[in-house]
Amino acid sequence: MLKAVYNWIDQQLDITPIWRDVADHEVPEHVNPAHHFSAFVYCFGGLTFFITVIQILSGMFLTMYYVPDIVNAYASVDYLQHKVAFGVIVRGMHHWGASLVIVMMFLHTLRVFFTGSYKSPREMNWVVGMLIFGVMLGLGFTGYLLPWDNKAYFATKVGIQIAASVPLIGGYIQNFLQGGDVVGAQTIARFFALHVFFLPGVLLALLAAHFFLIRKQGISGPL
Amino acid sequence: MTQRDTPPQMAKDDESQQHDEIRSKRQPMTRRQFLSYTLGGAGAFMAGGVIIPMLRFAVDPLLQPKAKSMFVKVAEASQITEDPVSFKFSILQVDGWVESNTELVAWIAKNRVGEIYALSPVCKHLGCAVDWNTSPQHPSEFFCPCHGAHYTREGKNLAVAPAPLDEYEVKIENGFVYLGPRRSNTQVS
Repeated sequence: MLKAVYNWIDQQLDITPIWRDVADHEVPEHVNPAHHFSAFVYCFGGLTFFITVIQILSGMFLTMYYVPDIVNAYASVDYLQHKVAFGVIVRGMHHWGASLVIVMMFLHTLRVFFTGSYKSPREMNWVVGMLIFGVMLGLGFTGYLLPWDNKAYFATKVGIQIAASVPLIGGYIQNFLQGGDVVGAQTIARFFALHVFFLPGVLLALLAAHFFLIRKQGISGPL
Repeated sequence: MTQRDTPPQMAKDDESQQHDEIRSKRQPMTRRQFLSYTLGGAGAFMAGGVIIPMLRFAVDPLLQPKAKSMFVKVAEASQITEDPVSFKFSILQVDGWVESNTELVAWIAKNRVGEIYALSPVCKHLGCAVDWNTSPQHPSEFFCPCHGAHYTREGKNLAVAPAPLDEYEVKIENGFVYLGPRRSNTQVS
């Protein structure tokens, strides 16, 4: 049945070469954990992407209940976590995944660093990876405020104060992030916008570049 | 291993020959098939573990039990006459994390046998609010200002609207009129 559907689409659109081109490529022996178990360190990048996909999915579902507003944000999070079926699981995926994605990304960075994979000709991809790192931290920072509980509020206050200590432009950064004179209604609105529209858009563009470069240049050779 | 691999001159007893025949009739599963089924199954299981909670989360409003509406004291039974009079009353509405008092209106009157009934003012055409006896062309009728729908005092639809006005469930206790959930009109048949 599935095969018939696929064949019908393939016969008319000839999609096989397209996904072959994307998916069908040799995995060198030195990055295959089936050959050398220690090669599992090469999985961290893929795991980071896997968790990112879960973050995007669970985040999309969370916005079905969440309201970015200082009156309703906490109540809506409380409702979706305690009253909605599987709410604790869906929010749990997003909450724990947020930490895990940073951990995986850090391990991936360590692997790239210690295998020297960042060296020429892959310098550009290291830079793209560092930009992804920054965007991920931005996603973590903006997402942290959204439940609008005490921890969120004060973490954001401290974070913005750190940003405000930048010489010369610190005050402007603070004003931009807060959207006003205090951490409040305007802050949560713009953090929500950054968290669900701007940063994920930038992230997806950077991930596309990251994957394009790795396919173009291939995986770096064995140590 | 298939029968083709076995040299034909090799001697066999009956039992093992039978065994080989059964084995060759069955389609042997290739290593590739086994691996793709195993990986596909494990992958589907893990993807399902992620996706199913999210889908159940999304359709939760469909599966929540309907909130039971309470009866609310609205008017003194002795005040009610044959002519409909509008009464305002409020009910507690629970909408997710927001609880609010919503004001509703009922047109309350006595029918021919002296029973008290209460009609909803929501026009069955497009949902405007009807009023009693406001149109000179349609005296002693419910009239909707939006598209001219009008109804008898029992709520029977006379023009434009496709159905009679809804009514509230009525309960009389200790001389007071209590109104409950809305249902379709039972005053007209």
